[in-house]
Amino acid sequence: MKKKFLSIGKPYLLIAPAMAAFLLFSIYPVMSMVQLSLFDWNMISPEKDFIGLANYQKLFYDEDFRQTLLNTAVFTVFSVLGDIGLGLLIALYLKKNTLVNRIMQSVIFAPYIISLASISLLWMWLMNPDYGLLNAALEALHIPGINWLGSPQYAMLSVILICVWKSVGYDAMILLAALQSVPENLYEAAALDRASWWRKLTKVTLPMISPTLFFLTIVETIASFNVFETIQILTRGGPQNSTDTIVFSLYQYGFKFYRIGYASTIGVVLMIIMTLFTIVYFVLLSKRVHYQ
Amino acid sequence: MKIFSNIGKTICNLILLLVFFFPFYWMLSTAFKTLGETMTFPPALFPANPQWENFLHVIEVIPFGHYLINSCITTIAVVVLQMFTTIPAAYAFSQYDFKGKPLLFGLTLITMMIPAQLVFMPLFILFSQFNMINTYASLILPFAGSAFGIFLLRQRFNQVPKELLEAARLDKASELKIIWKIFLPLSRPVLVTLALLTFIGKWNDYFWPLVLTTNDTVRTLPMGIVTMTNAESGTPYHLLMAGNVLISIPIIVIYLFAHKHIIKAFTYMGDK
Repeated sequence: MKKKFLSIGKPYLLIAPAMAAFLLFSIYPVMSMVQLSLFDWNMISPEKDFIGLANYQKLFYDEDFRQTLLNTAVFTVFSVLGDIGLGLLIALYLKKNTLVNRIMQSVIFAPYIISLASISLLWMWLMNPDYGLLNAALEALHIPGINWLGSPQYAMLSVILICVWKSVGYDAMILLAALQSVPENLYEAAALDRASWWRKLTKVTLPMISPTLFFLTIVETIASFNVFETIQILTRGGPQNSTDTIVFSLYQYGFKFYRIGYASTIGVVLMIIMTLFTIVYFVLLSKRVHYQ
Repeated sequence: MKIFSNIGKTICNLILLLVFFFPFYWMLSTAFKTLGETMTFPPALFPANPQWENFLHVIEVIPFGHYLINSCITTIAVVVLQMFTTIPAAYAFSQYDFKGKPLLFGLTLITMMIPAQLVFMPLFILFSQFNMINTYASLILPFAGSAFGIFLLRQRFNQVPKELLEAARLDKASELKIIWKIFLPLSRPVLVTLALLTFIGKWNDYFWPLVLTTNDTVRTLPMGIVTMTNAESGTPYHLLMAGNVLISIPIIVIYLFAHKHIIKAFTYMGDK
């Protein structure tokens, strides 16, 4: 009797530690954030004021938040396009399995495994307006130097450049694996039809790797929505809010102004946006993507 | 024709090296320069006199040893803890049928979609209610479960031949023995992959120490290096880069030995 109970309970015992971790450190915080968004609370005072949806109302008319959304959208569009577009070019270029190509792959992938903190500091130095390498290179070409991270018109572009530089190797390697798994006979058939290089790319390669392209789009979009460390180290949302993104403003409201309810509301809105995007992607995926 | 395409290829490769490798060379080169050399324009390609002392200065300017110990403790603890939660869960999902299995597996996969940047504030509040801010536990526990690890290991466990299990059961081997003697040895490459991914991810982690600590007690290296940017006398870029070199060394050494393995591990999900 006892033994039978044990054998029924056993799988639950085995998964219990992992499930406890997920419930406590992923699911609970999400629930808690939804709840906190209905309150006005400064983290220190013992009581929280229930204010219903007032935070959402305020957020809806908050012009700074609108700027934040716009900044995040700009960052997301360009870094996703940059990552996947350049990643695809690199993957097509390095497709052939030669020693030189394999070395190049390792080099291009390397930034992806170095700490984002180190990468940010490295680029802070490369982009230093007075003594940085980038402006020295521009100077050599007789182009006036740029205040990369310190001017409102270039700061967002600079952050996007850094993030694409760090993660493009990841996209390139995934696309490379997808390219290498496209059956060779499709290209042979296309060659018999005397298809041009462009036609082969758009009619054979891209349709065949579209599941991978979709996967990368989702992964990179969600990662871009959550951009934070680079901003926190390099620009702190500035200059003039030009790089203030959703997660950075969540962090500011939470840990600098101690407006926990309002920060949570931003978090909930971010979560809703991410969920909507994921659903849209999956609907599109089920309609459009060609599987073998 | 062949020569032209070879020249084109070489130029492309040089551009790629310039873009992706030269920044790292610049990091190394700056790490050996003097403060004065970092403030000349245009900058020199090589340091005039390699300043090995820079690395000693980093260790003096910030409590480097303290951060290093914290990095080691939290990284190793997370790698070990993840093994303890992931192996049994993957085994149960692979070898048992039980009520609610699809639901619980779905829950596992959903957690992969919940980013740290979304959940840090409620966790900070939770940890502070238990007076756990500035403790190792607060930097380790959020990493206790690995949905990706369970997913990957379950797939490997599913491929363990049934005949092998039946033979072991005929020999009346205990379940623990079966896991230890059959499942784990057969999954060694996957386990190594997971350990590598976790090690790299946790060693590089800047986010959690930033949001979950209020003083230096348990802070780790990436955050320690970043604090040097707040120097009152201007940013000491030669020391920042020396610090960057120091914290990147373990990762680069591992990468040199196992780059093929690491690329494969990181891109595993996308290949499917």
